[in-house]
Amino acid sequence: MSGSSPVCSSVRPLWPPLVAGLVLGLVLILTFVLVGNGVGASGTFASIAAWLGFQLAPAATESNGYLGHMVANGANPFASWIVVEVIGVAIGALLAAVSAGRFKVRVDVGAGKIGVMPRLLLALAGGLLAGFGSRFAAGCTSGVGLSGTAMLGMAGFIFLVVFFVVGLAVSALMRRVW
Amino acid sequence: MDYGVAGTALTSGILFGYVLEQAGFGSPCKLTAQFRLTDWSVFKVMFTAILVAAFGILLLQSGNYFGSSGFFVPTTFFWATALGAALIGAGFAVGGYCPGTSVVGFMSGRIDGLVFMLGMVLGILGFAAVYDAPLTQTILHTAQIGAKTLPQWLGVSPWFVLSAMVILAVGGFVLGRMMEQRSHGVLTAEDIVEGVDPTIESSEKGSAVHGNLGVGSVSHTRAV
Repeated sequence: MSGSSPVCSSVRPLWPPLVAGLVLGLVLILTFVLVGNGVGASGTFASIAAWLGFQLAPAATESNGYLGHMVANGANPFASWIVVEVIGVAIGALLAAVSAGRFKVRVDVGAGKIGVMPRLLLALAGGLLAGFGSRFAAGCTSGVGLSGTAMLGMAGFIFLVVFFVVGLAVSALMRRVW
Repeated sequence: MDYGVAGTALTSGILFGYVLEQAGFGSPCKLTAQFRLTDWSVFKVMFTAILVAAFGILLLQSGNYFGSSGFFVPTTFFWATALGAALIGAGFAVGGYCPGTSVVGFMSGRIDGLVFMLGMVLGILGFAAVYDAPLTQTILHTAQIGAKTLPQWLGVSPWFVLSAMVILAVGGFVLGRMMEQRSHGVLTAEDIVEGVDPTIESSEKGSAVHGNLGVGSVSHTRAV
Protein backbone atom coordinates (compact mmCIF):
# COMPACT_ATOMS: atom_id res chain seq x y z
CA MET A 1 0.00 0.00 0.00
CA SER A 2 2.72 2.45 0.91
CA GLY A 3 3.87 4.37 -2.11
CA SER A 4 0.80 3.58 -4.17
CA SER A 5 -1.32 6.58 -3.28
CA PRO A 6 -3.83 7.54 -5.96
CA VAL A 7 -2.85 10.57 -8.00
CA CYS A 8 -6.29 12.16 -7.86
CA SER A 9 -6.67 11.77 -4.09
CA SER A 10 -8.17 14.79 -2.34
CA VAL A 11 -6.33 13.87 0.85
CA ARG A 12 -3.31 16.12 1.37
CA PRO A 13 -0.13 14.50 2.67
CA LEU A 14 0.83 14.83 6.33
CA TRP A 15 3.59 17.22 7.34
CA PRO A 16 6.98 15.49 7.62
CA PRO A 17 7.61 14.74 11.34
CA LEU A 18 10.61 17.04 11.62
CA VAL A 19 8.64 19.95 10.09
CA ALA A 20 5.69 19.31 12.43
CA GLY A 21 8.11 19.06 15.37
CA LEU A 22 9.86 22.31 14.43
CA VAL A 23 6.56 24.23 14.15
CA LEU A 24 5.28 22.65 17.38
CA GLY A 25 8.47 23.74 19.14
CA LEU A 26 7.95 27.31 17.92
CA VAL A 27 4.33 27.22 19.13
CA LEU A 28 5.61 26.10 22.55
CA ILE A 29 8.12 28.97 22.69
CA LEU A 30 5.38 31.43 21.71
CA THR A 31 3.15 30.08 24.48
CA PHE A 32 5.93 30.34 27.08
CA VAL A 33 6.62 33.93 25.97
CA LEU A 34 2.93 34.90 26.04
CA VAL A 35 1.82 33.22 29.26
CA GLY A 36 4.86 31.74 31.01
CA ASN A 37 3.71 28.13 30.73
CA GLY A 38 3.38 25.51 28.03
CA VAL A 39 0.40 23.82 26.42
CA GLY A 40 -1.70 21.10 28.03
CA ALA A 41 -4.92 19.15 27.68
CA SER A 42 -6.02 16.95 30.57
CA GLY A 43 -6.82 19.84 32.95
CA THR A 44 -9.82 20.61 30.78
CA PHE A 45 -11.29 17.19 31.44
CA ALA A 46 -10.90 17.77 35.18
CA SER A 47 -13.01 20.91 34.69
CA ILE A 48 -15.63 18.91 32.78
CA ALA A 49 -15.60 16.28 35.54
CA ALA A 50 -16.09 19.01 38.17
CA TRP A 51 -18.98 20.52 36.18
CA LEU A 52 -20.61 17.11 35.60
CA GLY A 53 -20.16 16.13 39.25
CA PHE A 54 -21.76 19.42 40.32
CA GLN A 55 -24.77 18.82 38.06
CA LEU A 56 -25.31 15.29 39.36
CA ALA A 57 -24.34 15.65 43.04
CA PRO A 58 -23.69 19.31 44.00
CA ALA A 59 -23.10 18.76 47.72
CA ALA A 60 -20.73 15.80 47.25
CA THR A 61 -18.78 17.62 44.56
CA GLU A 62 -18.43 20.82 46.61
CA SER A 63 -17.11 18.86 49.58
CA ASN A 64 -14.81 16.69 47.46
CA GLY A 65 -11.13 17.20 48.23
CA TYR A 66 -10.12 17.24 44.58
CA LEU A 67 -13.04 18.77 42.65
CA GLY A 68 -14.43 21.02 45.38
CA HIS A 69 -12.28 24.09 44.77
CA MET A 70 -13.29 24.16 41.08
CA VAL A 71 -16.98 24.63 41.89
CA ALA A 72 -16.78 26.29 45.33
CA ASN A 73 -18.83 29.46 45.92
CA GLY A 74 -20.46 29.33 42.52
CA ALA A 75 -17.13 29.26 40.68
CA ASN A 76 -17.29 28.41 36.98
CA PRO A 77 -15.04 25.38 36.38
CA PHE A 78 -14.71 26.37 32.72
CA ALA A 79 -13.21 29.81 33.41
CA SER A 80 -9.61 28.71 33.09
CA TRP A 81 -6.75 29.10 30.62
CA ILE A 82 -6.53 25.39 29.84
CA VAL A 83 -10.23 25.07 28.95
CA VAL A 84 -10.04 27.92 26.41
CA GLU A 85 -6.77 26.49 25.09
CA VAL A 86 -8.35 23.07 24.48
CA ILE A 87 -11.28 24.74 22.70
CA GLY A 88 -8.55 26.23 20.51
CA VAL A 89 -7.01 22.78 19.99
CA ALA A 90 -10.40 21.53 18.78
CA ILE A 91 -10.79 24.48 16.38
CA GLY A 92 -7.23 24.11 15.06
CA ALA A 93 -7.60 20.36 14.53
CA LEU A 94 -10.91 20.85 12.73
CA LEU A 95 -9.40 23.52 10.45
CA ALA A 96 -6.45 21.26 9.58
CA ALA A 97 -8.55 18.11 9.02
CA VAL A 98 -11.11 19.87 6.81
CA SER A 99 -8.58 21.87 4.80
CA ALA A 100 -6.47 18.75 4.13
CA GLY A 101 -9.46 16.59 3.15
CA ARG A 102 -8.90 14.32 6.15
CA PHE A 103 -12.21 14.96 7.93
CA LYS A 104 -14.37 11.85 7.89
CA VAL A 105 -17.00 10.82 10.45
CA ARG A 106 -16.44 7.23 11.54
CA VAL A 107 -15.35 4.96 14.36
CA ASP A 108 -11.66 4.45 13.64
CA VAL A 109 -11.16 0.69 13.78
CA GLY A 110 -7.81 0.98 12.04
CA ALA A 111 -7.30 -1.73 9.46
CA GLY A 112 -10.48 -3.43 10.66
CA LYS A 113 -9.03 -6.11 12.91
CA ILE A 114 -11.69 -5.28 15.51
CA GLY A 115 -15.37 -4.37 15.34
CA VAL A 116 -16.99 -1.06 16.20
CA MET A 117 -18.24 -1.97 19.68
CA PRO A 118 -14.96 -3.52 20.90
CA ARG A 119 -13.14 -0.45 19.54
CA LEU A 120 -15.42 1.92 21.45
CA LEU A 121 -15.04 -0.15 24.63
CA LEU A 122 -11.24 0.00 24.28
CA ALA A 123 -11.44 3.77 23.72
CA LEU A 124 -13.54 4.11 26.88
CA ALA A 125 -11.15 1.91 28.88
CA GLY A 126 -8.12 3.81 27.57
CA GLY A 127 -9.77 7.10 28.47
CA LEU A 128 -10.52 5.86 31.99
CA LEU A 129 -6.87 4.91 32.54
CA ALA A 130 -5.57 8.17 31.04
CA GLY A 131 -8.02 10.36 32.96
CA PHE A 132 -7.29 8.62 36.27
CA GLY A 133 -3.54 8.72 35.63
CA SER A 134 -3.46 12.33 34.48
CA ARG A 135 -4.53 13.52 37.95
CA PHE A 136 -1.62 11.70 39.60
CA ALA A 137 0.88 13.15 37.13
CA ALA A 138 -0.86 16.57 37.30
CA GLY A 139 -0.88 16.62 33.51
CA CYS A 140 -0.56 14.47 30.44
CA THR A 141 1.64 13.88 27.42
CA SER A 142 1.22 17.54 26.41
CA GLY A 143 1.46 19.30 29.75
CA VAL A 144 4.10 17.20 31.52
CA GLY A 145 5.75 15.20 28.72
CA LEU A 146 6.06 17.95 26.11
CA SER A 147 5.92 21.27 27.98
CA GLY A 148 7.60 19.95 31.15
CA THR A 149 10.54 18.46 29.27
CA ALA A 150 10.93 21.64 27.19
CA MET A 151 11.62 23.38 30.54
CA LEU A 152 14.06 20.51 31.32
CA GLY A 153 11.84 19.80 34.36
CA MET A 154 12.35 16.57 36.31
CA ALA A 155 8.71 15.53 35.91
CA GLY A 156 8.95 15.75 32.13
CA PHE A 157 11.85 13.32 31.86
CA ILE A 158 10.36 10.86 34.36
CA PHE A 159 7.04 11.07 32.52
CA LEU A 160 8.48 10.40 29.06
CA VAL A 161 10.60 7.42 30.13
CA VAL A 162 7.77 5.70 32.05
CA PHE A 163 5.19 6.61 29.38
CA PHE A 164 7.24 5.02 26.59
CA VAL A 165 8.29 1.92 28.56
CA VAL A 166 4.77 1.10 29.79
CA GLY A 167 3.27 2.01 26.40
CA LEU A 168 5.63 -0.41 24.65
CA ALA A 169 4.83 -3.20 27.11
CA VAL A 170 1.04 -2.78 27.02
CA SER A 171 1.12 -2.35 23.26
CA ALA A 172 2.89 -5.71 22.95
CA LEU A 173 -0.08 -7.25 24.78
CA MET A 174 -2.60 -5.29 22.68
CA ARG A 175 -1.11 -6.32 19.32
CA ARG A 176 -3.41 -9.31 19.08
CA VAL A 177 -6.44 -7.08 19.55
CA TRP A 178 -5.85 -4.04 17.30
CA MET B 1 -10.13 35.62 33.03
CA ASP B 2 -9.89 38.66 30.79
CA TYR B 3 -10.05 38.75 27.03
CA GLY B 4 -6.25 39.02 26.66
CA VAL B 5 -5.68 35.80 28.59
CA ALA B 6 -8.49 34.05 26.70
CA GLY B 7 -6.94 35.30 23.45
CA THR B 8 -3.54 33.80 24.19
CA ALA B 9 -5.17 30.54 25.26
CA LEU B 10 -7.21 30.36 22.07
CA THR B 11 -4.23 31.28 19.86
CA SER B 12 -1.91 28.71 21.45
CA GLY B 13 -4.61 26.06 21.31
CA ILE B 14 -5.51 26.64 17.66
CA LEU B 15 -1.85 26.45 16.60
CA PHE B 16 -1.26 23.36 18.78
CA GLY B 17 -4.31 21.51 17.44
CA TYR B 18 -3.54 22.51 13.86
CA VAL B 19 0.03 21.12 14.03
CA LEU B 20 -1.04 17.90 15.80
CA GLU B 21 -3.58 17.15 13.05
CA GLN B 22 -1.09 17.97 10.28
CA ALA B 23 1.34 15.50 11.88
CA GLY B 24 -1.35 12.81 11.63
CA PHE B 25 -1.87 12.65 15.39
CA GLY B 26 -5.66 12.48 15.13
CA SER B 27 -5.23 8.88 14.02
CA PRO B 28 -5.10 6.25 16.79
CA CYS B 29 -3.40 3.89 14.32
CA LYS B 30 -0.58 6.29 13.60
CA LEU B 31 -0.20 7.11 17.30
CA THR B 32 -0.09 3.49 18.49
CA ALA B 33 2.23 2.52 15.61
CA GLN B 34 4.91 4.31 17.65
CA PHE B 35 4.56 1.68 20.38
CA ARG B 36 4.64 -1.09 17.75
CA LEU B 37 7.87 0.63 16.58
CA THR B 38 6.67 0.66 12.96
CA ASP B 39 6.06 4.43 12.68
CA TRP B 40 8.28 6.74 14.72
CA SER B 41 6.39 9.96 14.04
CA VAL B 42 5.38 10.47 17.68
CA PHE B 43 8.99 10.23 18.84
CA LYS B 44 10.28 12.45 16.02
CA VAL B 45 7.65 15.17 16.41
CA MET B 46 7.82 15.24 20.22
CA PHE B 47 11.59 15.18 20.42
CA THR B 48 12.06 17.82 17.72
CA ALA B 49 9.50 20.07 19.42
CA ILE B 50 11.14 19.56 22.83
CA LEU B 51 14.62 20.36 21.47
CA VAL B 52 13.46 23.46 19.57
CA ALA B 53 11.45 24.73 22.54
CA ALA B 54 14.16 23.92 25.11
CA PHE B 55 16.75 25.72 22.96
CA GLY B 56 14.52 28.78 22.59
CA ILE B 57 13.63 28.85 26.28
CA LEU B 58 17.30 28.54 27.32
CA LEU B 59 18.22 31.40 24.96
CA LEU B 60 15.45 33.58 26.42
CA GLN B 61 16.56 32.65 29.95
CA SER B 62 20.18 33.52 29.27
CA GLY B 63 18.92 36.85 27.91
CA ASN B 64 17.05 37.17 31.21
CA TYR B 65 13.74 37.40 29.35
CA PHE B 66 11.75 35.69 32.10
CA GLY B 67 13.31 37.84 34.85
CA SER B 68 15.61 36.75 37.66
CA SER B 69 13.14 34.28 39.14
CA GLY B 70 12.61 32.52 35.80
CA PHE B 71 9.26 30.85 35.37
CA PHE B 72 7.25 28.32 37.31
CA VAL B 73 8.54 24.76 37.16
CA PRO B 74 6.27 22.49 39.23
CA THR B 75 7.67 20.38 42.09
CA THR B 76 7.96 16.71 41.21
CA PHE B 77 6.75 13.84 43.36
CA PHE B 78 8.35 10.76 41.83
CA TRP B 79 5.64 8.14 42.41
CA ALA B 80 2.78 10.41 41.40
CA THR B 81 4.47 11.32 38.12
CA ALA B 82 5.59 7.74 37.41
CA LEU B 83 2.18 6.21 38.19
CA GLY B 84 0.39 8.84 36.14
CA ALA B 85 2.74 8.35 33.20
CA ALA B 86 2.31 4.57 33.41
CA LEU B 87 -1.49 4.85 33.37
CA ILE B 88 -1.44 7.36 30.50
CA GLY B 89 0.98 5.10 28.56
CA ALA B 90 -1.30 2.10 29.17
CA GLY B 91 -4.38 4.14 28.24
CA PHE B 92 -2.64 5.22 25.04
CA ALA B 93 -1.85 1.60 24.06
CA VAL B 94 -5.37 0.42 24.95
CA GLY B 95 -7.47 3.33 23.72
CA GLY B 96 -5.28 4.72 20.94
CA TYR B 97 -5.04 8.29 22.23
CA CYS B 98 -3.63 10.52 24.93
CA PRO B 99 -5.78 13.37 26.28
CA GLY B 100 -4.76 16.02 23.71
CA THR B 101 -4.79 13.75 20.69
CA SER B 102 -8.26 12.41 21.53
CA VAL B 103 -9.54 15.96 20.97
CA VAL B 104 -7.73 16.04 17.61
CA GLY B 105 -9.12 12.59 16.72
CA PHE B 106 -12.69 13.64 17.56
CA MET B 107 -12.42 16.90 15.61
CA SER B 108 -11.27 14.99 12.53
CA GLY B 109 -14.47 12.95 12.74
CA ARG B 110 -13.53 10.01 14.96
CA ILE B 111 -16.32 8.93 17.33
CA ASP B 112 -13.81 6.81 19.27
CA GLY B 113 -12.01 10.07 20.16
CA LEU B 114 -15.20 11.36 21.79
CA VAL B 115 -15.62 8.08 23.68
CA PHE B 116 -12.01 8.32 24.92
CA MET B 117 -12.79 11.86 26.19
CA LEU B 118 -15.88 10.51 27.99
CA GLY B 119 -13.68 7.80 29.53
CA MET B 120 -11.27 10.48 30.79
CA VAL B 121 -14.07 12.40 32.53
CA LEU B 122 -15.20 9.18 34.22
CA GLY B 123 -11.58 8.35 35.15
CA ILE B 124 -11.17 11.79 36.78
CA LEU B 125 -14.43 11.34 38.70
CA GLY B 126 -12.97 8.01 39.86
CA PHE B 127 -9.80 9.79 40.98
CA ALA B 128 -11.89 12.36 42.88
CA ALA B 129 -13.71 9.49 44.62
CA VAL B 130 -10.45 8.01 45.95
CA TYR B 131 -8.62 11.35 46.39
CA ASP B 132 -8.90 11.45 50.19
CA ALA B 133 -7.88 7.82 50.65
CA PRO B 134 -4.58 7.44 52.54
CA LEU B 135 -2.96 5.48 49.69
CA THR B 136 -3.78 8.22 47.16
CA GLN B 137 -2.43 10.93 49.44
CA THR B 138 0.73 8.89 50.07
CA ILE B 139 1.37 8.47 46.34
CA LEU B 140 0.69 12.15 45.67
CA HIS B 141 2.93 13.55 48.39
CA THR B 142 5.88 11.23 48.97
CA ALA B 143 9.25 10.99 47.23
CA GLN B 144 9.45 14.70 46.52
CA ILE B 145 12.41 15.54 44.31
CA GLY B 146 14.34 18.55 45.55
CA ALA B 147 15.69 19.58 42.17
CA LYS B 148 13.20 21.21 39.84
CA THR B 149 15.08 20.53 36.64
CA LEU B 150 17.31 17.75 35.34
CA PRO B 151 20.38 20.06 35.08
CA GLN B 152 19.91 21.02 38.76
CA TRP B 153 19.54 17.37 39.74
CA LEU B 154 22.69 16.38 37.84
CA GLY B 155 24.53 19.53 38.84
CA VAL B 156 25.47 20.37 35.26
CA SER B 157 24.79 23.21 32.83
CA PRO B 158 21.41 23.12 31.05
CA TRP B 159 23.31 23.43 27.77
CA PHE B 160 25.09 20.16 28.58
CA VAL B 161 21.72 18.42 29.12
CA LEU B 162 20.38 19.92 25.89
CA SER B 163 23.45 18.68 23.98
CA ALA B 164 22.98 15.18 25.40
CA MET B 165 19.32 15.29 24.34
CA VAL B 166 20.35 16.26 20.79
CA ILE B 167 22.65 13.22 20.63
CA LEU B 168 19.88 11.01 22.03
CA ALA B 169 17.42 12.40 19.48
CA VAL B 170 19.75 11.83 16.54
CA GLY B 171 20.30 8.26 17.74
CA GLY B 172 16.54 7.79 18.03
CA PHE B 173 15.93 9.21 14.56
CA VAL B 174 18.48 6.84 13.00
CA LEU B 175 17.10 3.82 14.90
CA GLY B 176 13.54 4.86 14.04
CA ARG B 177 14.32 5.22 10.35
CA MET B 178 15.90 1.75 10.29
CA MET B 179 12.90 0.16 11.98
CA GLU B 180 10.42 2.06 9.79
CA GLN B 181 12.18 0.87 6.65
CA ARG B 182 12.23 -2.73 7.85
CA SER B 183 8.52 -2.78 8.62
CA HIS B 184 7.39 -0.42 5.81
CA GLY B 185 5.14 0.93 8.51
CA VAL B 186 4.89 4.70 8.16
CA LEU B 187 1.21 5.60 7.87
CA THR B 188 0.43 8.15 5.14
CA ALA B 189 -2.47 10.59 5.06
CA GLU B 190 -4.42 8.15 2.84
CA ASP B 191 -3.73 5.27 5.22
CA ILE B 192 -5.13 7.09 8.24
CA VAL B 193 -8.22 8.32 6.38
CA GLU B 194 -9.02 5.05 4.60
CA GLY B 195 -8.07 2.78 7.53
CA VAL B 196 -5.11 0.94 6.03
CA ASP B 197 -2.30 -0.51 8.12
CA PRO B 198 0.74 -0.76 5.84
CA THR B 199 2.38 -3.34 8.14
CA ILE B 200 -0.47 -5.85 8.09
CA GLU B 201 -0.10 -6.65 4.40
CA SER B 202 3.51 -7.73 4.67
CA SER B 203 3.31 -9.50 8.04
CA GLU B 204 0.21 -11.52 7.10
CA LYS B 205 1.77 -12.49 3.82
CA GLY B 206 4.71 -13.76 5.83
CA SER B 207 2.58 -15.97 8.07
CA ALA B 208 0.08 -17.13 5.45
CA VAL B 209 2.47 -18.09 2.69
CA HIS B 210 4.77 -20.76 4.05
CA GLY B 211 8.23 -20.91 2.61
CA ASN B 212 8.01 -17.31 1.44
CA LEU B 213 11.44 -15.79 1.73
CA GLY B 214 9.96 -12.41 2.52
CA VAL B 215 12.88 -10.61 4.07
CA GLY B 216 10.64 -7.76 5.10
CA SER B 217 8.34 -9.93 7.19
CA VAL B 218 11.18 -11.81 8.87
CA SER B 219 12.99 -8.70 9.96
CA HIS B 220 9.66 -7.17 10.93
CA THR B 221 9.11 -9.93 13.48
CA ARG B 222 12.61 -9.48 14.78
CA ALA B 223 12.18 -5.72 14.96
CA VAL B 224 9.17 -6.04 17.21
